Amino acid sequence: MIIKAQHQQHFDDRIAADTSIEAKDWMPDAYRQNLIRQIGQHAHSEVIGMLPEANWLTRAPTLRRKAVLLAKVQDEAGHGLYLYSAAETLGCSRQDIYQKMLAGQMKYSSIFNYPTLNWADIGVIGWLVDGAAIVNQVALCRASYGPYARAMVKICKEESFHQRQGYEAVMAMAQGSAEQKAMLQDAINRFWWPVLMMFGPSDADSPHSAQSMAWKIKRHSNDELRQKFIDNTVPQLEALGMTAPDPDLAWDEATGHYRCGEIDWNELYDVIKGHGQCNHERLQAKRRAWDEGSWVREGAMAHAAKRAANAA
Amino acid sequence: MTHAEWPLYEVFIRSKQGLAHRHVGSLHAADDQMALENARDAYTRRNEGCSIWVVQSCHLVASQPEDREAFFDPSDDKIYRHPTFYTIPDGIKNM
Repeated sequence: MIIKAQHQQHFDDRIAADTSIEAKDWMPDAYRQNLIRQIGQHAHSEVIGMLPEANWLTRAPTLRRKAVLLAKVQDEAGHGLYLYSAAETLGCSRQDIYQKMLAGQMKYSSIFNYPTLNWADIGVIGWLVDGAAIVNQVALCRASYGPYARAMVKICKEESFHQRQGYEAVMAMAQGSAEQKAMLQDAINRFWWPVLMMFGPSDADSPHSAQSMAWKIKRHSNDELRQKFIDNTVPQLEALGMTAPDPDLAWDEATGHYRCGEIDWNELYDVIKGHGQCNHERLQAKRRAWDEGSWVREGAMAHAAKRAANAA
Repeated sequence: MTHAEWPLYEVFIRSKQGLAHRHVGSLHAADDQMALENARDAYTRRNEGCSIWVVQSCHLVASQPEDREAFFDPSDDKIYRHPTFYTIPDGIKNM
């Protein structure tokens, strides 16, 4: 018991001193489990997030946009890998948490349960969804767990291209025909509120927030990050000549922030519970890919075993 | 459904000639060749490297955090190994 109390004290001192916790260091089990949950969920989001965009790869309007989108989707796979690797440093296995996701026992970001109905959605995802993800992830670059923070630094570096290519794509539509402008406005209208929900429930209703802040995994509250995103984004929206589907969105001179209307949290909880438009389709696609890829995984292992035997 | 996992490899990259290889992350691969090719695809998508090392994680030998004090403390009391330990008169140059 004394040993454990000493370990705990040492851990607490490090957190207080902003010294990173590394993979082999002692950490409370709850800290470890919380990180596996959060990093795993984050990794699943990267991987599931490939699906809505991949939906438009074959129908990108130009070869340039197609090459860009392909690079972006490939990046998301890479980001999934960085995050699964970070999770594995905590002692879980990638295969195990991946299977939990496929079985619906681990979550991924609800934003990917919305469909991509037309090309404008792809630009809006790059601009708004990746924009929101960047705000979240920049904050996580200072997370107390070293491997997670380092993965975030890498991801943030790569992700700024994602947002810029998205904004460039929506700008082309904003300067296009009346039909293109209408398509873009429609995409913004559908994605605006779900994107604001990406930051999670309001601080008072966020089950993991207080503990994550105490452990310095999170450095800012959900509401702070959401506000930062709104402040970043409204001028970008105005520059496009587009609007947000929120009559209450207004600049507040007194606070120096934009105020927005009430978020319909029931929608978020519904999607989390599995009632979003694409929950079923996303998991089905990933389960099928896992099953149909099994012969490849087995074949590669058999090939490696044979080569090793021949070399011996 | 669940099969044996591909082994874990650690990836080290030399970002340019003249610099040392640096640990950048890890990945799973069935064999060494696949590890090298996956490392190229995953970790050098933007010209981050000109040379890659991969090694199975189980082959790395590491010091343990719980041994940190006993392992590293011996250098704590040898401050005479640092140049600032020595007093040199103000006027002395090039030293």
